[in-house]
Amino acid sequence: MRKHTIVALVQDRPGVLSRVAGLVRRRGYNIESLAVGHSEQPGVSRMTIVVESDHVEQVVKQLYRLIEVIKVSDVTTDPTVEREMVVLKLHAPAAARHEVVSMCGVFDAKIVDVGTSTMIVEMTGTPAKVENFIEVVRPYGIKEMMRTGRIAMVRGARGHNASEYVESAGPNGATVPTLN
Amino acid sequence: MSETRTGAQIMCEALIREGVEVMFGIPGGAIMPFYYAMWEYRDQLRHVLCRHEQGAGHAAEGYARATGRLGVCIGTSGPGVTNLVTPIADAMMDSTPILAICGQVGSHVLGKDAFQETDITGITMPITKHNYLVKDVNDLAYVFKEAIHIATTGRPGPVLIDITKDAMQKATVPNWDQKLNLPGYKPTYAPNRKQVREAIKLLLSAQKPLIIAGNGVIMAGASEELRHFAEQLRIPVITTLHGIGSFPEDHPLSLGMPGMHGWVHCNRAIQECDVLFNIGGRFDDRVTGKASTFAPNARVIHVDIDPSEIGKNVKVTVPIVGDARLTLQALLEELPEREALAELHAHASDWMEHIRDMQDKHQGKQQYVNRANTEHMALPPHDVYEKLNRALALRGNYRVVTDVGQHQMWAAQLLDWNAGPRTHITSGGAGTMGFAVPASLGVAIAHPNDTIWAIVGDGGFQMTNQEMATIMQEGIKNIKVAVINNGYLGMVRQWQELFENKRYSGTPLSGPNFARLAEAYGWKGLTVEHADQVQAAIDEAHATDGPVLVDFRVEREVNVFPMVPQNKSIGEMIITEADA
Repeated sequence: MRKHTIVALVQDRPGVLSRVAGLVRRRGYNIESLAVGHSEQPGVSRMTIVVESDHVEQVVKQLYRLIEVIKVSDVTTDPTVEREMVVLKLHAPAAARHEVVSMCGVFDAKIVDVGTSTMIVEMTGTPAKVENFIEVVRPYGIKEMMRTGRIAMVRGARGHNASEYVESAGPNGATVPTLN
Repeated sequence: MSETRTGAQIMCEALIREGVEVMFGIPGGAIMPFYYAMWEYRDQLRHVLCRHEQGAGHAAEGYARATGRLGVCIGTSGPGVTNLVTPIADAMMDSTPILAICGQVGSHVLGKDAFQETDITGITMPITKHNYLVKDVNDLAYVFKEAIHIATTGRPGPVLIDITKDAMQKATVPNWDQKLNLPGYKPTYAPNRKQVREAIKLLLSAQKPLIIAGNGVIMAGASEELRHFAEQLRIPVITTLHGIGSFPEDHPLSLGMPGMHGWVHCNRAIQECDVLFNIGGRFDDRVTGKASTFAPNARVIHVDIDPSEIGKNVKVTVPIVGDARLTLQALLEELPEREALAELHAHASDWMEHIRDMQDKHQGKQQYVNRANTEHMALPPHDVYEKLNRALALRGNYRVVTDVGQHQMWAAQLLDWNAGPRTHITSGGAGTMGFAVPASLGVAIAHPNDTIWAIVGDGGFQMTNQEMATIMQEGIKNIKVAVINNGYLGMVRQWQELFENKRYSGTPLSGPNFARLAEAYGWKGLTVEHADQVQAAIDEAHATDGPVLVDFRVEREVNVFPMVPQNKSIGEMIITEADA
């Protein structure tokens, strides 16, 4: 099955994350990652969801059925900036430290904590680059790892400006642009 | 108007403001403040005390389906609301606008496994159109307004509001003027004109066009427009189980019901048609059979108010998102001059003739195809429907509520549905046994001057028959119950007979003497064991000024035919006993 990156603007109300996650699950799709946080507009959260599906159009349409979902797009084929962050606790005794540090330099990773036998490094990049970095440092010994999941933003003027959709809200407001 | 109100008073006033007149429910600890306030508003808000919350939910559904207005049901926290789960799921599947109001434990103990605490918003998330947990009295006026708006607009559906006890008890000055803040909820009513023209172009190119009408036509009040449209183009109309009533069956263009227990000529017509126009139906698997083999020659036009239904089960050539009524109006407006329709009319006339040939060949409805081999039976179920059909036609002003199973399919097949929209009310998508008796309570309250027949099997009847007490207590006289009593969970038994070598595992069913049970509730109870007693029993039921139950002890092992085995193509029908 193909991986798709979906960007969703949702009203910031209690339970909305659970509604989105529950919907994707019960319609039979797998969530590979889901990242959520504030958008530029107060009251609107933004999600990037990576799902495996051959029927992504159905996922998008079903998400629209959720009352609090404002805008959903499949941006898989759009020109986007995609980023992911990983924080790794590596096995790094004094002998290996130098090598780890230089590898971090190659990948633009930041060393954020150094212990007697461990190091915590932080690295941000495209999902492919993050993947690559993890593979490169794996031989040193990964004691802990946390990935944020992918976040995506469409390049250029087009995109997901929340205010565009929110300001026309309200029963007396003009109609919101129709689906996609 | 800007006086202080308790949360519970705000709830009552919010309902009254939205035009609610009747509610079905059962009180309990957490919802008591609402009942306390309700007393003040009892002249405007009628409360019907049900015997089980499932009954309250189905009654609200019956009310909503019979009127198109919001149905309201109430339960207390914990078991009260979990009992509402079944009717909520039923309403979700059948797009029925109901509001479920639930009491919740106090906000200070929420999440602490307090007495009768259940996470009902969590439980009902996948089976509601939307739901709310209200912990602050200041949110109540707005939430009720938004909830009712969501339940009754777009594709309607169930909405649940869970309210903590303290939010009902605290007081505030309600703000009734808050504007709805729903940036993500903008149902599309008006169809895209370009798509409408595309649809017409496709229809005009057809040689074997066919219309399927579903629940959406009834919900949009589009029957009149549908009739005009079909007549203008002279295209035959198939009505789904929930589309029954949207198009009169005595109309020359009416074909009847398709699907698993649909008529042979309907299913054959679907398989042969070249353009299929589905309005307000969702291509349920009971209609399509194996979806990949459905209507193989057809280019499909699908009109639905819910974009997610389009392309979900069947590939669509011309999708139209919109309200059924507005779409049909737009289609009628965009129709070309009469001369441009001549070719279509000629094709449609040949096509109709071909379908009627198939109907004759396969003994359509008129011949009661599935009556084969019933001569030896003391009481074939078909006799009940035949006599009831005639009696209802003579009587007029009736509505029929059915449950789920064999009796439901016989009702859909054997009664003539000419009484208009909202006269056939049943549980379709969810297939909820126990629906009919409590739903008939809601229908009867909505239409006190109509005769309401609840047709129910002996299995479904025994799930919710305690609502007979509610019907009695409310002084409702226009409900007549026909129990099609065959001593089995008949539809399951039929499958066991046809596909499982008659292994009748868990299907033989006993029951009390239903007529005497009815009498114990204060109803009139009648028992019919022979075909020659049917007419007299129906006449007596109609002549009685009060609720009547007739226990029709029908032949035990009779099958519903025609039938398409599950996940088979609708082209592969079992037409009679002999094919099985």
